[in-house]
Amino acid sequence: MEKDRGDSANQFFGGFGSFLRKCIFRILSMGPIPNHIAFIMDGNRRYAKKQGMEEGAGHKAGFLALMKILCYCYELGVKYLTVYAFSIENFKRKPEEVQSLMDLMLEKIGELLKEESVVNQYGIRLYFIGNLNLLSEPVRVAAEKAMAATAKNTKTVLLICVAYTSYDEIVHAVQESCKENRNEIETLYASKVSNGVTEGVEEGEINGTTEHDVQGSCENSLSESQALNTTRACNGVIGVEKKKGVTLRAIQGSCEDKWDEATSRTSNGVTEGVADSKKKQWMHPTIKLVDIEKNMYMGVAPDPEILIRTSGENRLSNFLLWQTTNCPLYSPSALWPEIGLWHLIWAVLNFQQSHYYFEKKRKQS
Amino acid sequence: MICLRSLPLVPLELKSPLSFRTRAQQHHSHPFSQTLRSHTEPHKTLTRGGTATTTAANVALSEHNDLNAAEEEEPLPSELSEELMPNHVAVIMDGNGRWAKQRGLPASAGHQAGARSLRELVEICCKWGVRVLTVFAFSYDNWIRPKVEVDFLMNLFEREIKSQMQKFVSEGIRISVIGDSSKLPETLQKLISDAEEATKDNSRIQFIVAVSYSGKYDIVQACKSLARKVKDGVIQLEDISESLVEQELETNCTEYPYPDLLIRTSGELRVSNFLLWQLAYTEFFFAKELWPDFGKAEFVEALISFQQRQRRYGARLS
Repeated sequence: MEKDRGDSANQFFGGFGSFLRKCIFRILSMGPIPNHIAFIMDGNRRYAKKQGMEEGAGHKAGFLALMKILCYCYELGVKYLTVYAFSIENFKRKPEEVQSLMDLMLEKIGELLKEESVVNQYGIRLYFIGNLNLLSEPVRVAAEKAMAATAKNTKTVLLICVAYTSYDEIVHAVQESCKENRNEIETLYASKVSNGVTEGVEEGEINGTTEHDVQGSCENSLSESQALNTTRACNGVIGVEKKKGVTLRAIQGSCEDKWDEATSRTSNGVTEGVADSKKKQWMHPTIKLVDIEKNMYMGVAPDPEILIRTSGENRLSNFLLWQTTNCPLYSPSALWPEIGLWHLIWAVLNFQQSHYYFEKKRKQS
Repeated sequence: MICLRSLPLVPLELKSPLSFRTRAQQHHSHPFSQTLRSHTEPHKTLTRGGTATTTAANVALSEHNDLNAAEEEEPLPSELSEELMPNHVAVIMDGNGRWAKQRGLPASAGHQAGARSLRELVEICCKWGVRVLTVFAFSYDNWIRPKVEVDFLMNLFEREIKSQMQKFVSEGIRISVIGDSSKLPETLQKLISDAEEATKDNSRIQFIVAVSYSGKYDIVQACKSLARKVKDGVIQLEDISESLVEQELETNCTEYPYPDLLIRTSGELRVSNFLLWQLAYTEFFFAKELWPDFGKAEFVEALISFQQRQRRYGARLS
């Protein structure tokens, strides 16, 4: 009887809590909602120690917290979530801890793929971001299987960074860009040789001065919500000119969301790197910012708009260095398993406040 | 790029970015730093952190050859530990505009006040033994600001360099400028070049000013440089590593390319395309004061916060 009453009480409060949460989310949704939130899930071990649990239990509690936050975020309307699950530097930890983390990952990937899991509930597409070759075979295979199994989901996206550091990601992108650049040069050289005329004129070094490659113009009319949804560089060739049979890549630019306080939204980027058609000298194609960006592992998602690191530490620890240049970093002192709804609400409110601040500044200028 | 030097190839020992240490553990075993040292007069490595006692800064400072004997000493506040002082401090000097607006002054007044704050910070860092101070004076993204403001800032930089030149020389400050200098007025470019040349052998503190700088473009130019080397057969594609990328970044002009502490004023919680690669393990301190109001007391607060932090670099302290 007591137990039944206890269970009903729990149900009632649980239901009320859920109702309250939905109300709060509805109010929050009247303002802008971030499209992409990233989390550094720090503090699992300290949590275990604090609760007097054994070491591995902290990570299990961390996983439960992740599921909770995931649900809150997707309910709120956030589309992309990125979490820092395991850094390449973490491989230096004790082998037992590394092994237990790998085992936990394997177990949880399996759970996520079950019919009744959150993945299906929220239509989550999974990505495992990082140097997956560094993972043990079973984990890597499971990760690849999970990515394939959820590839058709389109509602929300969860990016799990494992065996990841920004350094590794950037070096990989640099290598790929260099490889493409080399292939491009070889192709152009071959075509030059075969045609006997100077063709394939591209931007490059003019008069020994290396020109800045990527500029662009962000239109003032780009609405805030658009800007929020496309915080990462919009790649692509904006203008291509054909002149006397020679294709000049006139403008290749990237629009970047600029968050500096005094920066007006109308950024008239300088268009550079236009080959002087009169010169018609042969120049090597050079690598541009867009080339590097498209080779990033995180290229599958826009840049995060909020970065939250728990446990009060105020550093990035080699996480999303490239993608968070304009993203605020919040550092609540709660340990990761202690993260709750209020942290999320507070972060979103701050986001909305700075969003309105920049809107106001933009209108004033 | 002013600060980019083409260095001879060094052995490809992987420098771990995690190797910045507290002063107590200071030793420069990295081949890259050896190469750099050959650019300057050999300078004394500060080893005072290695001694058991925490000596007051005024005793340690006398080890420097460049010290101006008549200079006023300024001991480290008692709340701070000399051993835990950061080697490299980076600052995003934000809030000049708002400071001016609050007082009903034009933005230029804010920047003047900001310049004063900066002078004070350089002096304090000098006295307290910070080895490198990097400041974000002007972002590549700032070129879109009103021309009046940009012109004023360029003039301000010129005036400041001219007026502080004597001090740089006499106090052993080595000035370096990073960023895309091609967009700066020619007079400023020449001034910077001369200032760097005149102070290149100074070793008390390195003062790096980021002007027309962007962290992303720093990486892009490093990538282009590596692509050139691959094309020329100097290196293989597979050789491209973290170490090689680091060597190509504009911060290769210093022995301590990675800031230990980044301070941003005015309450903004973002990096805004300042150093990118270099900030992987940097401790952030977000100060709510506007830059012209950021003085010694606020700097001490940032240092106290820094010294209390536990830096693990992904591993675990047992």
